Amino acid sequence: MSMLTINNVHTYYGNIHALRGINLTIEQGEIVTLIGGNGAGKTTTLRTISGLLKPREGSVTFEGENLAKYKAHELVYKGISMVPEGRGVFSSLSVTENLEMGSFILKDQKEAEKNMEHVFTLFPRLKERRNQLAGTLSGGEQQMLATGRALMANPRLVLMDEPSMGLAPVLVELIFDIIQQINKEGVTVLLVEQNALMALSIAHRGYVLQTGEIIISDSADKLKNDPAVQKAYLGME
Amino acid sequence: MRTSFGERMLDLVVTGFLWGIRIAILLAIVIGTIVTVSKGHYTSEQWIGFVVFGVAQGAIYALIALGYTMVYGILRMINFAHGDIFMTGAFGAYFVATWLNTIGFVDRNPFLGLLIPVLFAMILAAAIAMLVERIAYRPLRNAPRLVPLISAIGASFFLEYAFRGFFGPGKYAYPPIKALDGGWTIFNVEIQKVQVLVVAAAAIMMAILYFIVMYTKVGKAMRAVSESQDTAALMGIDVNRIIVSTFALGAAMAGAAGVLFSLVYRQIDFFMGFTPGIKAFTAAVLGGIGNIPGAMVGGLVLGVFESIGPSLFLEGLGIPRPYQLKDVIAYTMLVMILLFRPSGILGERLSKKKA
Repeated sequence: MSMLTINNVHTYYGNIHALRGINLTIEQGEIVTLIGGNGAGKTTTLRTISGLLKPREGSVTFEGENLAKYKAHELVYKGISMVPEGRGVFSSLSVTENLEMGSFILKDQKEAEKNMEHVFTLFPRLKERRNQLAGTLSGGEQQMLATGRALMANPRLVLMDEPSMGLAPVLVELIFDIIQQINKEGVTVLLVEQNALMALSIAHRGYVLQTGEIIISDSADKLKNDPAVQKAYLGME
Repeated sequence: MRTSFGERMLDLVVTGFLWGIRIAILLAIVIGTIVTVSKGHYTSEQWIGFVVFGVAQGAIYALIALGYTMVYGILRMINFAHGDIFMTGAFGAYFVATWLNTIGFVDRNPFLGLLIPVLFAMILAAAIAMLVERIAYRPLRNAPRLVPLISAIGASFFLEYAFRGFFGPGKYAYPPIKALDGGWTIFNVEIQKVQVLVVAAAAIMMAILYFIVMYTKVGKAMRAVSESQDTAALMGIDVNRIIVSTFALGAAMAGAAGVLFSLVYRQIDFFMGFTPGIKAFTAAVLGGIGNIPGAMVGGLVLGVFESIGPSLFLEGLGIPRPYQLKDVIAYTMLVMILLFRPSGILGERLSKKKA
């Protein structure tokens, strides 16, 4: 049984038909990437999985359970965390407070502290800035914070929405190294990216999304060598 | 962008007009103050007395203003029923205090005799505010912003006339508390016990509220929700529960303020929430709406201005009964703030956010 199964999902924004029958599966322990251009529906897919949007048709199943009956905040308890588009840190809260919000669902204070220590070992920079307001951090630091915050709730599946957006190449590499590291620690990752080359270099499998439909799905290596993908998303002729 | 000559002229006229208002009001204040001070009608002790009265009044405004500002911070909505929540607290406390008074409990134990009605008022006000949120605001959460505003005005009228229906249009006398009679004279300035109580109680309440918002899990979640409901939901925060807690917390402060107000003025009626409600709203805007320390500062500034204003500059301008114009000062301040500094004294938050 797959960890996450998206079956024929149609999602609308008002009257806009944003997702037109998407099928996608994620196996436990994978890094799966969803690539595609602007407006292809990548963020909509993540928002549908995380419960912020409800599909009008089709189903999202996580560990054998249909998610339709859950609200967004209840899905965190199921083990799904999200790093939202544009980082979405709480800018008037300090770094520590942001991380505490990440572990909001944990009853055990000790566990939350342990997780925070873990985040600080992944991102020592955050520890240095822990009392600073998140709004005063640089873009890279905010991305670290958003990523660390998603890990605070002990997720089994992390949804990442364009973590490379607006970051210098060296920071993108740092973030992607961390994604691989948390994946090795047993967290499954769904990575949405416009930076297709980077995404395919760490993912096991990939899906290509175009105007609300999945047009190709294959292993990451095959996608990297697919002439159509190379032309459209990897900037190669 | 090119603008026509007519538009530029209109712009000039409007700017000139606004500057004219500023200068006229500033002149009125300065001239009035100079005339009053040169006449020397009041002793410095009397002035200090005005300030003390203003601080006590301002502390009540500040307590109410907190509810406006917290709800605005989290929902970007003005809860115009908040003044009536204050009234429900006063009514609740009145019945409990009257009963405690008839059985003689207040005389035997003045401290508890004061505390129990306050606690009851806070709980009652919070409960009513939670109901109002559930019935009148939550179903309209995604409606255009004008809609919940109209619903709030409806809720305000509903509360006022429901209480009028139950308890009649007359005034009720809040039971006197002997322990609060009289006062002290410090350096020739007479300070009433009840004023000290009001300021102390308000300070304690505000400290508790500040602690809750800054250091507790639910307080941090309130701040997170006020930044982004979606992102907060992604943290596993039940946004609706946090919004209800915000209403309840703000209402508890208003309920307590209702009791303090009753202790000072000794009488309550169904309409008593209207004026303090608008004054507290003014205080919240004055301090910068959405900003919690701003509500506290705004309340105090408004209270003091209202208290010294009539004798300081209105009397100097030769206005016959300046005290009757005390409300005019508050509302003039509201208009001035909205015209010239809409973000308020401490409110950079509003301008930074897309709101």
